[in-house]
Amino acid sequence: MASNRYRVGSFEFTSRLFVGTGKYADFQAMKDALAASGCQVVTVAVRRDVMAPEGGTKPDNILEHLDLTRYTVLPNTAGCFSAKDAVRSAKLSRELLEGLDNPGAKWVKVEVLADKKTLLPDVVGTLEATRELVDAGLEVLAYTNDDPIAAKQLKDAGATSVMPLGSPIGSGQGILNPANISLCLEYLKEDDPDYPVIVDAGVGTASDVTVAMEIGADGVLLNTGIAGAREPVQMARAMAHALEAGRLAYLSGRIPRKRYASASSPTDGVIASAARPL
Amino acid sequence: MQVTINGKNQTLTDGITVAELLAQLDLQPIRVAVEVNEDLVPRKTFAETPVRDGDQIEIVTFVGGG
Repeated sequence: MASNRYRVGSFEFTSRLFVGTGKYADFQAMKDALAASGCQVVTVAVRRDVMAPEGGTKPDNILEHLDLTRYTVLPNTAGCFSAKDAVRSAKLSRELLEGLDNPGAKWVKVEVLADKKTLLPDVVGTLEATRELVDAGLEVLAYTNDDPIAAKQLKDAGATSVMPLGSPIGSGQGILNPANISLCLEYLKEDDPDYPVIVDAGVGTASDVTVAMEIGADGVLLNTGIAGAREPVQMARAMAHALEAGRLAYLSGRIPRKRYASASSPTDGVIASAARPL
Repeated sequence: MQVTINGKNQTLTDGITVAELLAQLDLQPIRVAVEVNEDLVPRKTFAETPVRDGDQIEIVTFVGGG
Protein backbone atom coordinates (compact mmCIF):
# COMPACT_ATOMS: atom_id res chain seq x y z
CA MET A 1 0.00 0.00 0.00
CA ALA A 2 1.15 3.52 -0.72
CA SER A 3 0.05 4.96 2.60
CA ASN A 4 3.17 4.08 4.50
CA ARG A 5 4.44 6.08 7.42
CA TYR A 6 5.00 9.79 7.10
CA ARG A 7 5.67 12.55 9.58
CA VAL A 8 4.01 15.81 10.47
CA GLY A 9 6.30 17.49 13.00
CA SER A 10 6.76 15.08 15.89
CA PHE A 11 3.78 12.94 14.78
CA GLU A 12 3.88 9.85 12.63
CA PHE A 13 0.86 8.45 10.81
CA THR A 14 -0.07 5.98 8.12
CA SER A 15 -3.45 7.41 7.09
CA ARG A 16 -3.13 10.61 5.09
CA LEU A 17 -6.74 11.65 5.56
CA PHE A 18 -7.54 14.19 8.28
CA VAL A 19 -11.27 14.31 8.99
CA GLY A 20 -13.38 17.01 10.61
CA THR A 21 -16.05 16.28 13.19
CA GLY A 22 -18.64 18.95 12.31
CA LYS A 23 -22.02 18.86 10.61
CA TYR A 24 -22.89 15.18 11.10
CA ALA A 25 -26.54 14.31 11.73
CA ASP A 26 -25.54 12.95 15.15
CA PHE A 27 -22.55 11.60 17.06
CA GLN A 28 -23.18 8.03 15.91
CA ALA A 29 -23.04 9.14 12.26
CA MET A 30 -19.79 10.95 13.04
CA LYS A 31 -18.23 7.91 14.71
CA ASP A 32 -19.23 5.59 11.88
CA ALA A 33 -17.90 7.95 9.21
CA LEU A 34 -14.60 8.52 11.03
CA ALA A 35 -14.12 4.77 11.37
CA ALA A 36 -14.95 4.17 7.69
CA SER A 37 -12.46 6.83 6.58
CA GLY A 38 -9.62 5.04 8.36
CA CYS A 39 -8.33 8.40 9.60
CA GLN A 40 -5.99 8.70 12.57
CA VAL A 41 -6.39 12.45 12.99
CA VAL A 42 -9.67 14.19 13.71
CA THR A 43 -10.10 17.92 13.98
CA VAL A 44 -12.33 19.72 16.47
CA ALA A 45 -13.18 23.34 17.26
CA VAL A 46 -13.22 25.24 20.56
CA ARG A 47 -16.44 26.92 21.66
CA ARG A 48 -18.06 28.34 24.76
CA ASP A 49 -19.50 25.47 26.74
CA VAL A 50 -23.27 25.21 26.84
CA MET A 51 -24.77 25.10 30.32
CA ALA A 52 -27.72 22.89 31.12
CA PRO A 53 -30.99 24.79 30.79
CA GLU A 54 -33.02 25.35 34.00
CA GLY A 55 -34.30 21.91 35.03
CA GLY A 56 -32.97 20.33 31.82
CA THR A 57 -29.95 18.27 30.93
CA LYS A 58 -26.77 19.39 29.24
CA PRO A 59 -26.40 18.29 25.62
CA ASP A 60 -23.80 15.57 24.97
CA ASN A 61 -20.20 16.69 24.65
CA ILE A 62 -18.24 15.46 21.63
CA LEU A 63 -15.59 14.18 24.05
CA GLU A 64 -18.03 11.51 25.20
CA HIS A 65 -18.10 10.21 21.63
CA LEU A 66 -14.49 10.40 20.46
CA ASP A 67 -12.17 7.52 21.22
CA LEU A 68 -9.17 9.51 22.45
CA THR A 69 -6.98 6.41 22.53
CA ARG A 70 -7.61 5.86 18.82
CA TYR A 71 -7.53 9.36 17.36
CA THR A 72 -5.01 12.16 17.62
CA VAL A 73 -7.08 15.29 18.04
CA LEU A 74 -6.06 18.25 15.90
CA PRO A 75 -7.68 21.29 17.50
CA ASN A 76 -8.44 24.11 15.11
CA THR A 77 -9.05 27.81 15.58
CA ALA A 78 -12.00 27.82 13.19
CA GLY A 79 -14.21 30.84 13.55
CA CYS A 80 -11.41 33.15 14.71
CA PHE A 81 -11.22 36.41 12.80
CA SER A 82 -8.08 37.78 14.45
CA ALA A 83 -4.63 36.49 15.29
CA LYS A 84 -5.31 37.30 18.94
CA ASP A 85 -8.42 35.13 19.12
CA ALA A 86 -6.68 32.29 17.27
CA VAL A 87 -3.82 32.36 19.78
CA ARG A 88 -6.27 32.34 22.72
CA SER A 89 -8.23 29.50 21.17
CA ALA A 90 -5.07 27.45 20.49
CA LYS A 91 -3.88 27.81 24.07
CA LEU A 92 -7.29 26.78 25.41
CA SER A 93 -7.22 23.65 23.22
CA ARG A 94 -3.77 22.76 24.41
CA GLU A 95 -4.97 23.01 28.00
CA LEU A 96 -7.96 20.77 27.21
CA LEU A 97 -5.92 18.14 25.40
CA GLU A 98 -3.20 18.07 28.06
CA GLY A 99 -5.88 17.33 30.64
CA LEU A 100 -7.28 14.59 28.41
CA ASP A 101 -3.82 13.13 27.87
CA ASN A 102 -4.17 13.25 24.07
CA PRO A 103 -1.01 13.77 21.97
CA GLY A 104 -2.90 16.51 20.08
CA ALA A 105 -1.90 18.88 22.92
CA LYS A 106 1.31 19.46 20.98
CA TRP A 107 -0.20 20.92 17.83
CA VAL A 108 -2.92 23.13 16.40
CA LYS A 109 -4.43 23.97 13.04
CA VAL A 110 -4.36 27.75 12.83
CA GLU A 111 -7.19 29.38 10.96
CA VAL A 112 -7.50 33.13 10.94
CA LEU A 113 -10.41 34.00 8.73
CA ALA A 114 -11.02 37.28 6.98
CA ASP A 115 -14.49 37.26 5.55
CA LYS A 116 -17.74 35.63 6.65
CA LYS A 117 -19.05 35.02 3.15
CA THR A 118 -16.06 33.17 1.74
CA LEU A 119 -14.32 32.19 4.99
CA LEU A 120 -11.10 32.89 3.11
CA PRO A 121 -8.04 33.20 5.33
CA ASP A 122 -6.47 36.44 6.52
CA VAL A 123 -2.92 35.56 5.57
CA VAL A 124 -1.36 38.44 7.52
CA GLY A 125 -3.22 37.41 10.68
CA THR A 126 -2.36 33.75 10.06
CA LEU A 127 1.32 34.63 9.84
CA GLU A 128 1.12 36.64 13.08
CA ALA A 129 -0.71 33.85 14.94
CA THR A 130 1.72 31.25 13.56
CA ARG A 131 4.74 33.16 14.88
CA GLU A 132 3.18 33.61 18.29
CA LEU A 133 2.10 29.98 18.65
CA VAL A 134 5.44 28.63 17.44
CA ASP A 135 7.03 30.81 20.15
CA ALA A 136 4.59 29.30 22.64
CA GLY A 137 5.94 25.85 21.76
CA LEU A 138 3.11 24.54 19.60
CA GLU A 139 3.52 22.71 16.31
CA VAL A 140 1.49 24.86 13.96
CA LEU A 141 -0.36 23.61 10.89
CA ALA A 142 -1.28 26.78 9.05
CA TYR A 143 -4.44 26.92 6.96
CA THR A 144 -3.89 29.38 4.14
CA ASN A 145 -4.66 30.40 0.57
CA ASP A 146 -3.32 28.46 -2.39
CA ASP A 147 -0.63 31.11 -2.64
CA PRO A 148 2.95 29.82 -2.92
CA ILE A 149 4.41 33.04 -1.50
CA ALA A 150 2.23 33.01 1.61
CA ALA A 151 2.92 29.29 1.97
CA LYS A 152 6.67 29.92 1.99
CA GLN A 153 6.30 32.79 4.46
CA LEU A 154 4.36 30.53 6.83
CA LYS A 155 7.00 27.84 6.60
CA ASP A 156 9.70 30.45 7.27
CA ALA A 157 7.69 31.61 10.30
CA GLY A 158 8.08 28.13 11.73
CA ALA A 159 4.88 26.35 10.66
CA THR A 160 5.24 22.58 10.99
CA SER A 161 2.96 22.13 7.99
CA VAL A 162 1.24 24.44 5.54
CA MET A 163 -2.35 23.66 4.59
CA PRO A 164 -3.29 25.41 1.35
CA LEU A 165 -6.98 25.45 0.54
CA GLY A 166 -8.50 23.67 -2.43
CA SER A 167 -11.43 26.11 -2.45
CA PRO A 168 -13.51 27.88 0.24
CA ILE A 169 -14.41 25.85 3.34
CA GLY A 170 -17.51 23.73 2.85
CA SER A 171 -17.96 24.93 -0.74
CA GLY A 172 -17.41 21.54 -2.38
CA GLN A 173 -15.73 23.27 -5.32
CA GLY A 174 -12.75 20.92 -5.20
CA ILE A 175 -9.21 21.93 -6.10
CA LEU A 176 -9.77 25.16 -8.01
CA ASN A 177 -6.15 25.93 -8.76
CA PRO A 178 -4.04 22.78 -8.97
CA ALA A 179 -1.25 24.77 -10.63
CA ASN A 180 -0.93 26.97 -7.53
CA ILE A 181 -1.09 24.02 -5.14
CA SER A 182 1.65 22.46 -7.22
CA LEU A 183 3.75 25.63 -6.86
CA CYS A 184 3.11 25.61 -3.09
CA LEU A 185 4.41 22.04 -3.02
CA GLU A 186 7.45 22.96 -5.07
CA TYR A 187 8.37 25.94 -2.89
CA LEU A 188 7.67 24.22 0.42
CA LYS A 189 9.52 21.03 -0.45
CA GLU A 190 12.54 22.65 -2.10
CA ASP A 191 15.56 21.09 -0.32
CA ASP A 192 13.10 19.68 2.21
CA PRO A 193 11.14 16.92 0.41
CA ASP A 194 9.58 15.56 3.60
CA TYR A 195 8.02 18.88 4.62
CA PRO A 196 4.35 17.98 5.05
CA VAL A 197 1.75 19.80 2.97
CA ILE A 198 -1.89 18.97 3.65
CA VAL A 199 -4.56 20.28 1.29
CA ASP A 200 -7.43 21.54 3.42
CA ALA A 201 -10.95 22.65 2.51
CA GLY A 202 -13.23 22.58 -0.48
CA VAL A 203 -13.34 18.84 -1.13
CA GLY A 204 -16.73 17.98 -2.62
CA THR A 205 -16.22 14.43 -3.77
CA ALA A 206 -13.66 11.65 -4.02
CA SER A 207 -11.92 12.81 -7.19
CA ASP A 208 -11.00 16.11 -5.48
CA VAL A 209 -8.96 14.14 -2.96
CA THR A 210 -7.30 12.23 -5.79
CA VAL A 211 -6.37 15.46 -7.58
CA ALA A 212 -4.70 16.83 -4.44
CA MET A 213 -2.73 13.64 -3.90
CA GLU A 214 -1.77 13.24 -7.57
CA ILE A 215 -0.02 16.60 -7.56
CA GLY A 216 2.01 15.54 -4.54
CA ALA A 217 0.19 16.66 -1.39
CA ASP A 218 1.07 14.61 1.68
CA GLY A 219 -2.51 14.47 2.88
CA VAL A 220 -5.97 15.98 2.71
CA LEU A 221 -8.18 17.43 5.42
CA LEU A 222 -11.90 17.41 4.79
CA ASN A 223 -15.17 17.53 6.67
CA THR A 224 -18.26 18.61 4.78
CA GLY A 225 -17.48 16.33 1.81
CA ILE A 226 -18.17 13.39 4.10
CA ALA A 227 -20.54 14.85 6.70
CA GLY A 228 -22.77 16.45 4.07
CA ALA A 229 -22.95 13.45 1.73
CA ARG A 230 -26.24 11.58 1.55
CA GLU A 231 -24.38 8.46 2.72
CA PRO A 232 -21.50 9.69 4.89
CA VAL A 233 -20.06 6.26 5.73
CA GLN A 234 -19.94 5.23 2.10
CA MET A 235 -18.45 8.59 1.12
CA ALA A 236 -15.80 8.20 3.86
CA ARG A 237 -14.75 4.92 2.26
CA ALA A 238 -14.74 6.57 -1.17
CA MET A 239 -12.48 9.35 0.16
CA ALA A 240 -10.04 6.79 1.60
CA HIS A 241 -9.87 4.91 -1.72
CA ALA A 242 -9.51 8.17 -3.64
CA LEU A 243 -6.63 9.20 -1.44
CA GLU A 244 -4.92 5.87 -1.98
CA ALA A 245 -5.47 6.12 -5.75
CA GLY A 246 -4.04 9.62 -5.91
CA ARG A 247 -1.05 8.78 -3.75
CA LEU A 248 -0.21 5.70 -5.83
CA ALA A 249 -0.59 7.67 -9.06
CA TYR A 250 1.72 10.38 -7.72
CA LEU A 251 4.35 7.82 -6.73
CA SER A 252 4.01 6.07 -10.08
CA GLY A 253 4.67 9.14 -12.22
CA ARG A 254 1.98 10.22 -14.62
CA ILE A 255 2.65 10.40 -18.34
CA PRO A 256 3.08 13.84 -19.88
CA ARG A 257 0.09 15.37 -21.65
CA LYS A 258 0.46 15.28 -25.42
CA ARG A 259 -1.41 17.18 -28.08
CA TYR A 260 -1.94 14.16 -30.35
CA ALA A 261 -2.76 10.51 -29.85
CA SER A 262 -0.14 7.83 -29.43
CA ALA A 263 -1.46 4.38 -30.36
CA SER A 264 -1.39 1.76 -27.64
CA SER A 265 -1.64 -1.12 -30.14
CA PRO A 266 1.01 -1.87 -32.83
CA THR A 267 0.55 0.21 -35.95
CA ASP A 268 1.97 -2.54 -38.21
CA GLY A 269 0.03 -5.53 -39.52
CA VAL A 270 -3.42 -3.98 -39.39
CA ILE A 271 -5.87 -5.63 -41.78
CA ALA A 272 -6.94 -2.79 -44.02
CA SER A 273 -9.75 -2.48 -46.50
CA ALA A 274 -10.04 0.38 -48.93
CA ALA A 275 -11.05 2.91 -46.28
CA ARG A 276 -8.21 5.26 -45.33
CA PRO A 277 -7.99 7.91 -42.63
CA LEU A 278 -8.20 11.58 -43.53
CA MET B 1 -20.46 39.95 42.92
CA GLN B 2 -21.11 40.40 39.24
CA VAL B 3 -19.13 38.54 36.61
CA THR B 4 -19.53 37.76 32.93
CA ILE B 5 -19.49 34.08 32.00
CA ASN B 6 -19.39 33.24 28.31
CA GLY B 7 -20.74 36.67 27.51
CA LYS B 8 -23.62 36.60 30.03
CA ASN B 9 -23.83 38.59 33.27
CA GLN B 10 -24.13 36.44 36.37
CA THR B 11 -24.25 37.02 40.09
CA LEU B 12 -21.92 34.81 42.14
CA THR B 13 -21.20 34.35 45.82
CA ASP B 14 -18.20 36.37 46.96
CA GLY B 15 -14.94 34.50 47.35
CA ILE B 16 -15.61 31.45 45.20
CA THR B 17 -12.85 29.81 43.20
CA VAL B 18 -12.85 28.68 39.57
CA ALA B 19 -13.16 25.06 40.76
CA GLU B 20 -16.21 25.94 42.85
CA LEU B 21 -17.74 27.85 39.98
CA LEU B 22 -17.39 24.84 37.66
CA ALA B 23 -18.99 22.61 40.29
CA GLN B 24 -21.84 25.10 40.66
CA LEU B 25 -22.36 25.05 36.88
CA ASP B 26 -22.24 21.24 36.91
CA LEU B 27 -19.25 21.21 34.52
CA GLN B 28 -16.56 18.54 34.57
CA PRO B 29 -13.19 20.30 34.93
CA ILE B 30 -11.56 17.75 32.61
CA ARG B 31 -13.85 18.75 29.72
CA VAL B 32 -13.38 22.49 29.91
CA ALA B 33 -10.66 25.10 29.67
CA VAL B 34 -11.02 28.44 31.40
CA GLU B 35 -9.85 31.99 30.78
CA VAL B 36 -10.26 34.83 33.23
CA ASN B 37 -9.88 38.27 31.67
CA GLU B 38 -8.33 36.67 28.59
CA ASP B 39 -5.65 34.86 30.59
CA LEU B 40 -5.65 31.09 30.55
CA VAL B 41 -6.23 29.50 33.94
CA PRO B 42 -4.24 26.23 34.09
CA ARG B 43 -6.41 23.33 35.23
CA LYS B 44 -4.00 22.63 38.10
CA THR B 45 -4.78 26.03 39.59
CA PHE B 46 -8.62 25.93 39.35
CA ALA B 47 -8.93 25.24 43.09
CA GLU B 48 -6.76 28.17 44.12
CA THR B 49 -7.86 30.74 41.54
CA PRO B 50 -10.38 33.14 43.03
CA VAL B 51 -13.13 34.69 40.94
CA ARG B 52 -13.28 38.46 41.45
CA ASP B 53 -16.00 41.03 40.94
CA GLY B 54 -16.11 42.17 37.32
CA ASP B 55 -14.17 39.20 35.94
CA GLN B 56 -14.76 38.22 32.34
CA ILE B 57 -14.77 34.42 32.35
CA GLU B 58 -14.69 32.13 29.35
CA ILE B 59 -15.43 28.44 29.81
CA VAL B 60 -14.84 26.49 26.62
CA THR B 61 -14.93 22.93 25.42
CA PHE B 62 -14.55 21.08 22.13
CA VAL B 63 -17.29 20.86 19.53
CA GLY B 64 -17.48 19.20 16.15
CA GLY B 65 -15.70 21.20 13.50
CA GLY B 66 -13.46 21.05 10.48
